[in-house]
Amino acid sequence: MSVITLVASTIAVAYIADRGPWSTSVALAPVQPIEFSHKHHVKDDGIDCRYCHTSVETSGFAGIPPTETCMTCHSQIWTTASVTKPIRDSWQSGKSIEWVRVHDLPDFVYFNHSIHVNKGIGCSSCHGQVNEMPMMWKVNTLNMNWCLSCHRDPAKFIRPKSEVFNINYKYPANQAELGPKLVKEYHVQSLTDCITCHR
Amino acid sequence: MRRSQHEPHHHYHPHDHDHPHHHDHDHQHPHAGGTASGLVTIGAIAEDTEKRKKAVDIQALREKLAAGRGPAFWRTLDEAAETEELREYIEQEFPGLSGEIPKGVDRRALLKVMAASLAMAGAAACTKQPKELIVPYVRQPENIIPGIPLFYATAMPVHGYARGLLVESHMNRPTKVEGNPDHPASLGSTTLFEQASVLNLYDPDRSETVLREGRLSTWSEFTGAFSTESQSLGIRKGEGLAILSGLTTSPTLISQIESLRAQWPTAKWYVHEPCVNPAKASAARKIAGRNAFVSYDLSKADVIVSLESDFMVDGPAALPYARQFSARRRAIDSGKDPCRFYAIESIPTPSGSLADHRFALESSKIPAVAYQLANACGVASANAPGDAPSWVNVVAQDLQAAKGRCVVIPGEFQPESVHLAAYAINAALGNVGTTVRLLEGVEPDNTHTIEELATDLNAGRVEVLVILGSNPVYTAPASLNFQQAIRKARMVVRLGSHFDETSKWSHWHVPEAHYLETWSDSRAFDGTVTIQQPLVEPLYGGKSAHEIITILQAKPDLTSHDIVKSFWQTRLKGDFDATWQTSLHDGIVAGTGLNTLNAAATPTLPALGNLAAYEMEVVLRPDSTIGDGTYSNNGWLQELPKSQSKMTWENPVTISPGRAAKMSVSTGDVLRVTVNGKSVEGPAWILPGQAENTIGVTFGYGREGSGRVGNSIGYNAYLLQDANTRYAAGGTVAKTGKHVDVADVQETQTMAEREPVRATKLAEFKQHPDFPNLEEKPLAPDDNIYQRSEWPYEGYKWGMVIDLNVCIGCHTCTIACQAENNIAVVGKEQVAKRRFMHWIRVDRYYSGDLDQPEIYNQPVPCMHCEQAPCEVVCPVAATVHSGDGLNQMVYNRCVGTRYCSNNCPYKVRRFNFLLYSDWDTQSLHGVRNPDVTVRSRGVMEKCTYCVQRIQEAKIQTEKEGRRIRDGEVVTACAQACPTQAIVFGDLNDKNSQVKKFQSLPRNYSLLDDLNTRPRTTYLGFVRNVNEALGGQRGNKES
Repeated sequence: MSVITLVASTIAVAYIADRGPWSTSVALAPVQPIEFSHKHHVKDDGIDCRYCHTSVETSGFAGIPPTETCMTCHSQIWTTASVTKPIRDSWQSGKSIEWVRVHDLPDFVYFNHSIHVNKGIGCSSCHGQVNEMPMMWKVNTLNMNWCLSCHRDPAKFIRPKSEVFNINYKYPANQAELGPKLVKEYHVQSLTDCITCHR
Repeated sequence: MRRSQHEPHHHYHPHDHDHPHHHDHDHQHPHAGGTASGLVTIGAIAEDTEKRKKAVDIQALREKLAAGRGPAFWRTLDEAAETEELREYIEQEFPGLSGEIPKGVDRRALLKVMAASLAMAGAAACTKQPKELIVPYVRQPENIIPGIPLFYATAMPVHGYARGLLVESHMNRPTKVEGNPDHPASLGSTTLFEQASVLNLYDPDRSETVLREGRLSTWSEFTGAFSTESQSLGIRKGEGLAILSGLTTSPTLISQIESLRAQWPTAKWYVHEPCVNPAKASAARKIAGRNAFVSYDLSKADVIVSLESDFMVDGPAALPYARQFSARRRAIDSGKDPCRFYAIESIPTPSGSLADHRFALESSKIPAVAYQLANACGVASANAPGDAPSWVNVVAQDLQAAKGRCVVIPGEFQPESVHLAAYAINAALGNVGTTVRLLEGVEPDNTHTIEELATDLNAGRVEVLVILGSNPVYTAPASLNFQQAIRKARMVVRLGSHFDETSKWSHWHVPEAHYLETWSDSRAFDGTVTIQQPLVEPLYGGKSAHEIITILQAKPDLTSHDIVKSFWQTRLKGDFDATWQTSLHDGIVAGTGLNTLNAAATPTLPALGNLAAYEMEVVLRPDSTIGDGTYSNNGWLQELPKSQSKMTWENPVTISPGRAAKMSVSTGDVLRVTVNGKSVEGPAWILPGQAENTIGVTFGYGREGSGRVGNSIGYNAYLLQDANTRYAAGGTVAKTGKHVDVADVQETQTMAEREPVRATKLAEFKQHPDFPNLEEKPLAPDDNIYQRSEWPYEGYKWGMVIDLNVCIGCHTCTIACQAENNIAVVGKEQVAKRRFMHWIRVDRYYSGDLDQPEIYNQPVPCMHCEQAPCEVVCPVAATVHSGDGLNQMVYNRCVGTRYCSNNCPYKVRRFNFLLYSDWDTQSLHGVRNPDVTVRSRGVMEKCTYCVQRIQEAKIQTEKEGRRIRDGEVVTACAQACPTQAIVFGDLNDKNSQVKKFQSLPRNYSLLDDLNTRPRTTYLGFVRNVNEALGGQRGNKES
C-alpha cells in the first residue's frame, strides 16, 4: 500500500469516526435510570412538552422535571409497577434521579431554549419526533455546522408560533413564502456572530 | 484526544521575544519551583544568564524631572528615567519569556515534534463528549427556574456598618455581589471588598467544624459545655465574663448583649476593630455630647479640604461621598464650576489622587497644620504651634470665600484633635447644617477597648472570654502582648471563620457563618437598617454571633432566624409579615434612618501639647487590598494590585523618593523598619508623592493562621503597633543589604509615549473644551492599512467611556470583572512574569516632579477597536468582529499563537500560559459564573464588554419585542464603580448616557493616531487649580 493510500484511508476513517455516531452519539439511546418513554407519554397520553419541561419558554434551560412532577400521576397510577420504582424511591429518599444527558453541548456553548421557542422554532426541529421515541436519542449532531444551517437561513426552519409545540408539525409546501414572512414578522435575525453562542 | 496537563505544549514564539540580551526581572530559574511549566519540556533549558535591570539613579531622576526634561506622563521610575536598556526591557510584553524558550533545540528536532503534534491535532477533532448527568430536584423550590439567576437584597457589614447589596444566586449558589441602588451607603456601587467577599464564602481553608483544644468536637458538645459555664456565670451575675467583638451596628446583637448586661451587670463588652480609628467616634461624641456620626454632603461643597482623609474609599459613607464628589467634578460638562479639592496627606491615597492640589506632609505633622488652618479660619481656641506653611493661608482664604459651601474632612487615622479641629473649622465657616451634618450614632454605647481587655486579662479579672469574630492575637497592637494575655482566661470561646492565630489559643473554636450564610441585621451610617438575609445554608454548619450569645441567655436552641425575626416582631410598624417581606425585598427597613442632631456648641480644641517631632515617622495603614488581614486568604485580593504601588502578593515598605535617594535605596531592596525596638522587614517601594520623612507600612500580612493563600507572605505590621501611637509612630529605617524581586504590574504593557492620559487646567478647558484632541488627530482613512469600507452597525453599537476626571484608581472595576468573568488567579511568580490575567488594568500615571507629582488613574480594558489590529493577525480567526461592534474572542478556536496580543497596541490581551483556572479545588467551583466559559491553558482572553450580560438582555428584550433600553446592560466594571467613572451603553441610542459622554468635547480615543477607532474612549482630566498657589508644591504645570 502506498503512503498516499495509507494517508487517504486514515483520513477517511478519521472523518467517518468524527461524523459518525461513535463521536456524535446521534441515534444512540443511552441507558437511563428509568425506562422513560417519550413515545408513551407524548403520543399515547398526549402530554404537552411544557408539562415537564416547564422553563423552556422562559429560561435558557428547558428544565428537567423534579420527581414531584412524575409523582403527580404516579402517586395515583402504576404505583406498584417496578418500572416506576426509582421515582417512588427518589420521592421517599429525597435523592434526585440522575438522568443521562442526551443533548449535551460543549461547555463553551451557551444555547438558550427560550429565545428559540419564542421566535417560532419548534421542539421537533431539533429534537425530532420524540413522540416516536421509546427511549430518548439524538436525531441531530448538534455540531456547529448543523446550528449554522439554520442560523444562516432561519426562513427554512421557522414555523408559526402556534405550532412550536406541535410535535407532528410538517413544513407546508409554501415554506419558501411563509418562512421569510414569519422571519420578518417575528423579527428573527440571522445571528452568526461568535458571541451569539460563545462567551 | 484531550490534552492532559502534562502533555508538552508548544508555542510559536514571535522572533522579537527571543531578544539576545533581555533583562529578566524575575530571578526564578525557569524550571525551579513546583509549578513546572508545560513550556519547557523539549531540549535543554537555556542557562539563566539574565541580568536584573539596573537600579534607577533617583537623585539624577529627581533633578531631571524638576528641570522638566522628563516625559510628560510616566508610570514607573524606570519609565521616567527613559534609559535605553530599560526601554528594551519594558517593550517586551512578557519580559523574561525568552528564558523559557528551549535553546539548543535544532530546527530539525523542533520540526519533528511539531509534525507529531500536528498529526495528533488531526485526531483531536474526534472528541467524544464525556457522559454528563442531569440531576433535577426532587421537589423544585418555588421561584427557582434553572438557568435564571435570582437576586436577593442583603447587606455586608463593613467594619460593622451595613453596605446594602444585591447578590446574584444561581440555584441558591451566590456568585456575584452588586450594590443595592436603594441603600444609602451603596447607591448601587460597592468597594472591592464586597466584590471579593463572595470568594471568602468558598474559601477552601474555612474552618469546617467545632474544635475543642484543637481536636474535633461538635456543636452539641459545645452548647452543652458552654451552657454549663453560663449557668455558673449566672450565679456570679456574669462576673468574669468578657465579650470581645468587632465593631457592630446590628440592632439585634446590640440588644442581645445589652439585655445580657442588664441581667449580668458585671459582664463586660469589648470592641476591637484594628483598622477603625477610635478617635473618630470619640471626637464625634465630644462634639455632639452623645454617640454621633459626622457626615458630609459633598454635593454642596465648592471647596473640599482633606486632612489625610481617603473619604471616597474609607469609612461607612465612602460610596455616597464618591458619588457626590464625582457629580460635582462632572459639572464642568454643563458649564458649571467643579469643586476644588485640596488633599494634605503623607501617603498618596486614591481620593487624594484626584486632588486639584496635593500637599505631601508627614502624617504626624497634620495636627499642627489642622490647627494652623483652624486659626486662619477664625477658630479662636486653635492654639497653633509653629509657623504655618504658606499654602495654609491660601487654602484658608479659599475656604473663607466659600463659607457654608465648603468642607474640611479629617483623616480616618488622625488623632482626635484633628477631628475636633476639622469640625471647629466647619462650624466657624458656617458649614454645619449645609455640608456637615451630625447624625445620631449607631455604634453601641458603653463598650470597652482592647487595651482594657488586655489589662483585665492580665489582672486576672476575666474568667470566660467569648470572642465573636475578632482575631486579636494577630490584630491587637503588639505592645499589648495579647498572645500572653489571652492565656490568663480560664475559658476562651472563639467564633471564627478560620482556625487562625486566635483560635489556636482558644479552648473552643466554633466555625463562623459567612454573612451570606446567616440571618442578621446592620445599619448604614445614617441609621437605615438592613435585615441581612442569607443566600445559602451554612456550607460548614457555621454559626453567628447571635447564636453564641443566645446560649448565654439560656436559650441555646434558637437559630439566627428566630432571634432576628423575633427582635423585629415588636419593632416593625404596621402589619409585621407585610413589612418584614417588604424590608427583605428592598434591602432596607423603611423609616429607620436616624435624625440629624442639632449642632452642639463648637468644641474647645485641646492643646496639642508636645507634638511628636519624629525625624522619621512610620505610618501604619490597612492594606489597600487585604485590609486589616481579614481578606488575606482571598486570592483575588492578593493578586489585585495595591492602589498606588501596583504591587501584588505582598506588602511593600513605601519610601519617599527623597529618602530613597539619600539612602541609595532602590525598589525591591529589603528595608528594616524599627519602632520602639521592634522591627519588620519588607521590600522597598519608592512612592512618588509620599512625604519625605514618612515610611509607609501596611497591615494584613505576615500571617500564620490565614490559609494556603495568605500564610507566610509579607511582614506583619501589627508587630510595630503601639496601643498609644496606633497609626503613626517615630521609627527608623535601615537597609538590610538584601534584595527581592517584587511582583508589580506597572512596568510592562506600556503604550509608549503616546499620551494615554490627557489633562489640563480648568481655565484652559474653558477656552479649549476639546483639549485632548488639539494635537493628535486620527489619520484619514486613506492613510491607514485597513482601507475598510465603513461598516454600518445598524443594530446595537456598544461603547464605553471612562472619565479620567473621576477615576480614583481603587481597582473595584478589576475585582468586579474578575468575579463576573471567572478570571483566574495566577500567583506571585506568574505575576512577576507579567502574566496576570486581569481584563481591566488600572494604570497609574505621574506627571511633574518626583516628590510632588500629579497622579492620574486610567482603567484600560479592551478598546473593542472598530479596526482591530488583533483581528488581522489571527491565523485561525479566533478573534473577529461582531455585528454590533464587539471584538469577539473565541476560546474554542484559539490555538495560542499570541500574535493578537503582540499586535495589540493597548496591551489588553491576556494569555493562559499555564492552566491557571483551578479545576481541582471543589469549593471554588461554587463561585464561578455559569454564564462565562472557564478558560483552559493555551487560550487568549480579554475584556468582552460582559457579552453574557448583553446576550441575556438581548434575549429578554427580543422576547418582549423591543430594543434594549439605556441602563439595561451594564458591564460589571461600570456597575461596581464608586464614582461611576465607567459608563457603558448603546452608541446608536442618541439618548444613552454613553453617547452623551462620547459627544463631549473632552472625549478622546487612546492612541487615536493609529486609527483603530476604539469603542472605549476616555474623557480628559481637568484640574481646578488655584492660581494663587502659583508654582507651589503640588501645582505643577500639566
